[in-house]
Amino acid sequence: MKLRPIAAIALRQLYLMRSSPTRVLPMVAWVAVDIILWGFISRYLNSVTSSGINFIASLLGAVLFWDFFTRVMQGVTMAFFEDVWTRNFINVFATPLLISEYLTGLVLTGVTTSLVGLIVMLLLATWLFGLPFFSLGLLLLPLLLVLFLFGIGLGVLASAMVLRLGPASEWLVWPIPALLSPFVGVFYPLSTLPPWMRAVGHALPPSYVFENMRSAVAGHGYSGSGLAIGVALALLDILLAAWVFGRIYRYAVRSGLLARYSAESVS
Amino acid sequence: MSVPTPAGAAIPAVTTNVVAASYALRAEGLRKQYGATIAVDGISFGVRAGEIVGLLGPNGAGKTTTINMVLGVLQPSAGHISIEGIDLARHRSQALSHTNFAAVYAALPGNLTVYQNLRFFSLLYDVAAGATRIEQLLSEFDLQRLRNARSGVLSSGEQTRLALAKALLNNPRLLLLDEPTASLDPSAAALIRSRIRAMATRSGCGILWTSHNMYEVEETCDRVLFLSRGRILLEGDPKTLPHAHGAATLEELFIRLAREPLATEAPGTRAPGTGAPAQQRDPAAGGR
Ligand SMILES: Nc1ncnc2c1ncn2[C@@H]1O[C@H](COP(=O)(O)OP(=O)(O)OP(=O)(O)O)[C@@H](O)[C@H]1O
Ligand SMILES: [Mg+2]
Repeated sequence: MKLRPIAAIALRQLYLMRSSPTRVLPMVAWVAVDIILWGFISRYLNSVTSSGINFIASLLGAVLFWDFFTRVMQGVTMAFFEDVWTRNFINVFATPLLISEYLTGLVLTGVTTSLVGLIVMLLLATWLFGLPFFSLGLLLLPLLLVLFLFGIGLGVLASAMVLRLGPASEWLVWPIPALLSPFVGVFYPLSTLPPWMRAVGHALPPSYVFENMRSAVAGHGYSGSGLAIGVALALLDILLAAWVFGRIYRYAVRSGLLARYSAESVS
Repeated sequence: MSVPTPAGAAIPAVTTNVVAASYALRAEGLRKQYGATIAVDGISFGVRAGEIVGLLGPNGAGKTTTINMVLGVLQPSAGHISIEGIDLARHRSQALSHTNFAAVYAALPGNLTVYQNLRFFSLLYDVAAGATRIEQLLSEFDLQRLRNARSGVLSSGEQTRLALAKALLNNPRLLLLDEPTASLDPSAAALIRSRIRAMATRSGCGILWTSHNMYEVEETCDRVLFLSRGRILLEGDPKTLPHAHGAATLEELFIRLAREPLATEAPGTRAPGTGAPAQQRDPAAGGR
């Protein structure tokens, strides 16, 4: 892999963001709205219940983690969508660029944009609602790592889907996080779920993040093996996503889809 | 290039095929089929270093399909492509580092400025001294004034100049131009043609050029391939080809071939090497 082609993908996003507030705004606005909304909900729940649960730490913390994951995923897909929106596939893939370089460039963009979102959320949640984020200590690292890896995997997979199904399928990408959230137990323990949903949840890396976060916040420590499973599953997902993207790309080159992307379903 | 021997003397470096190395592009038995549609039907041709080859043919003849296959964005159903002697299917990235292209249907991202587009693509092509090269090309294609304009707002002629500047970023050995002068005014087109001519001569870059402007083809191309329904019907020097086939001009020949492709095709494909018609049979191809 070469550095320049990878940098190209990230630099383009920087160029676009510099000149277009409509690209920067969603990076910070939605996460800010979420934090403020859930911050007040948590504060309210703390005042009306006497369960001893700190809702700021468990509920608002969960929202922050979940939004971080969606930002990573969308950071990757947004960078990919640039090539969809500008019908740029011929220009990009007629260069010596390798698929691995392209995907690394998308990931680099996703990392950068999601970190911006994370910082905004942390500032708001800490200042306005006193979220004791750093009380999780070093546990934060594996928790964020799992979400981060899974976000990348899912972002690459979603990009592959849009490459295969055409520009209109972009609309299928946005609801993916919402679709997953009931299964991974963002707001409630997996034990709340019926067995089949729990089984799905266990196959999804974020479930290990939220189970461990709740446990740690409640003072019950964390499960090292659970986190290890989460990291392993997320890594597996990345490998799977990269493999799927490669296959779909080769299909697109064979079928003529890449050269005539606007035709959408060349088969 | 040479390889020092243990004795200190230098012997020429091993080149697998001296003839092949002087070819910027070799295509053999190239074919593309979509279901029942055969877009390109087993064509073989080459573009030598420093040579400008015109790819002519009516709408739907398979010109763009051919170019897309050479660009690696479309996989041939059959056949073999090598760029600068490098097999495209096996060493895609290496082969593509020697090419570049400009095409009317592949506009550069309109939301980036002229400069940003050139920067973006210079990085994708892994150009080492990108900044210097960009300044050179901005001046050469009269784009300095527009460097901070979004590409999407440029006039189509200005976009063409940008596309050509982008196409030269990596000093390609093979340049593919799909109707590059289609939207240029006559004076701009003449200027661009002379620049491309000069480049082919100066840097020895091979150029495959499609155009529907027969005057331009006659003026610019060293050789033309006439494609119809995915096959090469005729091949030769655009200045002598019309007379050899009883036509007054290249345009007249084009119209005749486009309207009656099959009449010319039959004798042509069956008698290769008898003069003008048919698929190019290169002596070097047989040696592999
Ligand atoms: N993905 C595809 N699926 C099906 N048919 C295709 C596809 N791409 C191209 N074709 C067909 O292949 C043929 C060759 O098309 P091509 O674009 O190569 O023509 P061309 O010579 O460039 O024509 P023009 O001068 O109009 O640009 C056409 O009949 C076209 O309809
Ligand atoms: Mg065409």
